[in-house]
Amino acid sequence: MIAELLNTYGQSLMQAVLLHLEYTIVSVAAGSVIGVLLGILLSRFQILSRKIMPLLSILQTIPGIAFIGVLFILIGMYRISVIAALAVYAMFPVLKNTYTGLLEVEKQYKEAAKGIGMNQLQSLLQVELPLAANQIFAGIRMAAVYVVSWATLAAMIGLGGLGDFVYQGTASNNHVLILIGAIPSALLAILLSYLIDFVGKLPGRKWRKQA
Amino acid sequence: MIEFKNVCKSYGNTQILKNLSFQVNDGEFIALVGPSGCGKTTTLKTINRLNEIDSGQILIDNVDIQTRDKTELRRSIGYVIQQIGLFPNMTVEQNICVVPKLLKFDRARCRQITKELLKMLDMEEYAGRYPSELSGGQQQRVGVLRALAASPEIILMDEPFSALDPQTRTLLQDEVKNIQKKLGVTIMFVTHDMDEALKLADRIIFLDGGEIVQMDTPEQILLHPATERVKIFLGKQLKVEDHHPVSQFMKRNPVTMDIHKGILECAERIARGNVDSLIVTRDGKYAGTVTLADMRKYGHDIRTIEPITRQNLRTVNAKDDAKECFDHLLESPDGYVVVLNDESEVLGIVTKTSVAKSVAAELWGDHR
Repeated sequence: MIAELLNTYGQSLMQAVLLHLEYTIVSVAAGSVIGVLLGILLSRFQILSRKIMPLLSILQTIPGIAFIGVLFILIGMYRISVIAALAVYAMFPVLKNTYTGLLEVEKQYKEAAKGIGMNQLQSLLQVELPLAANQIFAGIRMAAVYVVSWATLAAMIGLGGLGDFVYQGTASNNHVLILIGAIPSALLAILLSYLIDFVGKLPGRKWRKQA
Repeated sequence: MIEFKNVCKSYGNTQILKNLSFQVNDGEFIALVGPSGCGKTTTLKTINRLNEIDSGQILIDNVDIQTRDKTELRRSIGYVIQQIGLFPNMTVEQNICVVPKLLKFDRARCRQITKELLKMLDMEEYAGRYPSELSGGQQQRVGVLRALAASPEIILMDEPFSALDPQTRTLLQDEVKNIQKKLGVTIMFVTHDMDEALKLADRIIFLDGGEIVQMDTPEQILLHPATERVKIFLGKQLKVEDHHPVSQFMKRNPVTMDIHKGILECAERIARGNVDSLIVTRDGKYAGTVTLADMRKYGHDIRTIEPITRQNLRTVNAKDDAKECFDHLLESPDGYVVVLNDESEVLGIVTKTSVAKSVAAELWGDHR
């Protein structure tokens, strides 16, 4: 049965997985970069962040489908609309974790860094970001897991990915099709989350193990 | 040379530093002491501009520090804090080399610096370790080395040892004092512990309410405390060191025997005094003790007590501190300690009963 399925859907499944991966990786990467940068910025300007953080929380609750819909109308039916929408969603957890991660760096380290003559950028790059890295990577992992599932929404506006199978399945009441879409996307989520975990622990693995 | 000229600083309406003026010479070890909130840490942090002053001037080697770049200034001054603040993501070596790296020293030179510094404290094998793998004392040693790494002429220390256990603290105090003497650096040292200040400092600055109450050598401060506050501070800090000489607790005029006296006479004294040993003297000076057990064992074969006089009992000088003598009595099976004067004449004995009495006096008042 599996051989038969592979015969019928193998090629389109492969394409769907690749497209799905592309959506996920590009949007998580873009979202992470923006998230980290905004997180740093907000952690430096506390007054600003007190107004912006609640706003972001509200934005995060807008359903992804609505957002993709809006972007689809604004930008058009391109892959970039999907990626942009997903990137925004990927950004939230990264931003939040970067922000709290940086704020939670113990005062003694910041004071030591400042006292021995690091400027703000040096303190950030050499001390604060490494110490917040655990949290930041946890944010990126969370973003990846979310985005893998949200990327199925792309199919709703006809832009493919593993969502294709899910929607076709629900439309034709075909459980097998739903599973063909759902299982790979679940596997993808798990795989990506492990990969990010691994990469995140690569530098400074030793000192974090001690902590 | 560090020079404060009419330095003032306020937070809101409260004035923290009031018109501070003083000079610190090169190679001096200065302790800033005072009650909490007196402005000692604030003063320290004005030197590396972690705190900016409102008015006045701070000069280092005749250059106003306001005219210098903040980060450049801080890199030229060592800084050690109470919380240690070693970066947990860096090894010991990387931590020590933070400032040299900021100053763009090349890698070989950084290596060399780390090696030499770690060697100074016998910690070479720790170069590749992370701070979390070290004990608190070792961490703060590395903290001190980090401050020394770029060979600064001035080092600021903000209560660096107050979080350590007493033994480690004493050790590190000695090490820092040694390093300071060896390298000839100027150290400004904040502490609330007068003992520490008296031990380490060449001069002490006593601050109270943001003003200098007294600035003088430890000896002068001990001899002539400027105000009641300083006196209280000294008293409070020095209480542990209160000296109780042994003579205060001893029983005077114990039974003694000349070494040439016969066995029989001694046996009689022992029986009369209801004791089990005697103190033996030779020409009026302490010679040892004889015990009843020895007399019974060897008494038949000897005429005088000389051969059975033993010198295994602890003796103390009357001026010694009683604590040590008490500790000895409590730990050893000896029933008493012999108290001598400078001429080795027997003045008295301290028994276990004396210890009990002094404990009782401490608890319920003096009723001896």
